[in-house]
Amino acid sequence: MTDQPLLSIQDFSLDFDTFDGVYKAIDRININLKQGETLGIVGETGCGKSVIAKSLLRLLPSPPARVRSGKILFNGEDLLTISEQRMREIRGIDISMIFQDPMTYLNPVFTVGRQLVDVIMAHQRVKPTGEKFSPIEAKAHAIELLRMVQLPNPERQFDSYPHQLSGGMRQRVLIAQALSGHPKMLVADEPTTALDVTIQAQILELIKALITEFGMSMILITHDLSVVATICSRVVVMYAGQVVENASVEDLFNNPKHPYTRGLLSAIPHPGRKVSALSGIPGSLPNLLDPPPGCRFQERCTQALEICSERPPWIRFSDRHETACWLYAEAENA
Amino acid sequence: MLDLIDLKVHFDVSKRGRGKAILKAVNGVSLSLAKGDSLALVGESGSGKSTIGKAILHLVPLTGGTIKFAGIDITTLNPERERHLRRTVQMIFQDPHSALNPRMTIIRSVSESLIIHTRIRGSELRHRVSELLETVGLPEQFLYRYPHELSGGQKQRVCIARAIALHPELLILDEPTSALDVSVQAQILEFLKDLQAEFSLSYLFISHNLAVVRHLCNKVAVMYLGEIVEQGETEAVFEDPKHPYTRALLHAVPYPQVIQPDRGQPLRGDIPSPIDLPPGCNFSSRCPDMQAGLCDRIAPTLLAIETGRQVSCHLYGATPADHGKHDDTGSTQET
Repeated sequence: MTDQPLLSIQDFSLDFDTFDGVYKAIDRININLKQGETLGIVGETGCGKSVIAKSLLRLLPSPPARVRSGKILFNGEDLLTISEQRMREIRGIDISMIFQDPMTYLNPVFTVGRQLVDVIMAHQRVKPTGEKFSPIEAKAHAIELLRMVQLPNPERQFDSYPHQLSGGMRQRVLIAQALSGHPKMLVADEPTTALDVTIQAQILELIKALITEFGMSMILITHDLSVVATICSRVVVMYAGQVVENASVEDLFNNPKHPYTRGLLSAIPHPGRKVSALSGIPGSLPNLLDPPPGCRFQERCTQALEICSERPPWIRFSDRHETACWLYAEAENA
Repeated sequence: MLDLIDLKVHFDVSKRGRGKAILKAVNGVSLSLAKGDSLALVGESGSGKSTIGKAILHLVPLTGGTIKFAGIDITTLNPERERHLRRTVQMIFQDPHSALNPRMTIIRSVSESLIIHTRIRGSELRHRVSELLETVGLPEQFLYRYPHELSGGQKQRVCIARAIALHPELLILDEPTSALDVSVQAQILEFLKDLQAEFSLSYLFISHNLAVVRHLCNKVAVMYLGEIVEQGETEAVFEDPKHPYTRALLHAVPYPQVIQPDRGQPLRGDIPSPIDLPPGCNFSSRCPDMQAGLCDRIAPTLLAIETGRQVSCHLYGATPADHGKHDDTGSTQET
């Protein structure tokens, strides 16, 4: 395997044109994903994590979305400039996506089997010989996929409608759809947020097993650092459209650097032990119609410096740990 | 202070021509909450935890059982008792956005209950509301704002201000922080802790988030399909869960740390439909310790296995608890 990243988001900025002005949702971010890596993108509401997920598959309607700068290279191809036809070939075959609320992404008036067969027929490339699937083969393949995602009784559930399935089962169907094209990369946008913890544990276990089996890379988008800890090897922390820290899971939890990451970690109650007091992060998200220049966290940061109104530099602590914060630049110069 | 005895809430979900179907949302729950306690009701969706909160305030009709509050039977309400109940028990809901009237300013929303229940008016009322906002950490400028001008955390603070306006004795909090970001959740949780100490409030805290429960509550009751399967002191239950469901639930929670504890097998399957409950123990269809012939036939009863701890499981046979004895399963006690 080459060292070339599978996915490389370079200096990417995205705006939304609104009646109130330009909403600067994503501000010059850089994210790389290696072949076979599982990357978590973590952040709170409004940090732009879902916007990134949708940008990867060009699912954002434009207008209002408008790319201001940057490239999204996937296997060397810029996803932002390729033709719509080429994009359709990539969706589902090279990059697949699963979403937070499976009910919204399944059509309520068709059986899950039919929807799965539709996807298989649309992604004819799954058959290595290049021949087309016959509808009967497609059905057999669909049932095979449903079995792989451990849906109980796949032959019978094939004819079920989405409302007849539980939330966890629907998410399994969505995963089966996403896997039907043997994608190289899976983008999971809050895949377990709508599920109960026992079901969340099942689905995370399943996703883990399947990415190993298929040798897929994954981007997991979530607000839950605990989920990241169970499934990802590397984490990107975002705040208000900027990447503030990029670290391995070990470095992030054991040695967080950015004040926002630290604040986030000390705000999480621990299910395994009693914590004396949680400290939240005072204040709220800046208005992204008119964000502060430089670091967007400066208004809520307890350690803010004057220089924070300029764009913070990237400080590298190791190959796998870097943060965008002036605090460490000062230390370096001194 | 609050006593629920064999509370039942059933909903008739029959469809024409399909026979009778009863959804047993809450099926014989007994609980008691002392003054100053914060009791957590935990469980997955469909376990009936929110229904209990609503039933206490008569927001859903009761099917059976008794509710006592401060020694007064409030199972049925007359106008006087209802007035008292509405004053002393307040509820805070999950989504602060839909709990506030979008066309009312903050001062109107918060002062509504004061106007109904007290004689405070005019500048005194305005003063009282700004005091309340100050208590929840909001500046006075918010008085004449509308909900859409506030963030989620600020709206939840307004809901708390409204709930404590009449100095209630019991707050029912139905997932008060699950719509909020963690950094805001932490602030609200710390604030709720301080508030409880300051006004010696009691909390009935309904949540699916076990980490939050461990942080805030001193007692916990674990629910599964409309019944309590285990209850006790929070620390004791979290350190040494007895019921197989409690164990599975605690094991399923991911930890915010690098090394995850050994979890064993995750729980299989889904929660069964509360319309068509399995025979015997409700949990028998998913239980890793299921004993065929016993658990799938005979429902266990909630028994005290040690001081302050009650478990409803055939694995633990002990003396019957004072509360939680099911009338219809009284004969099925283990020998």
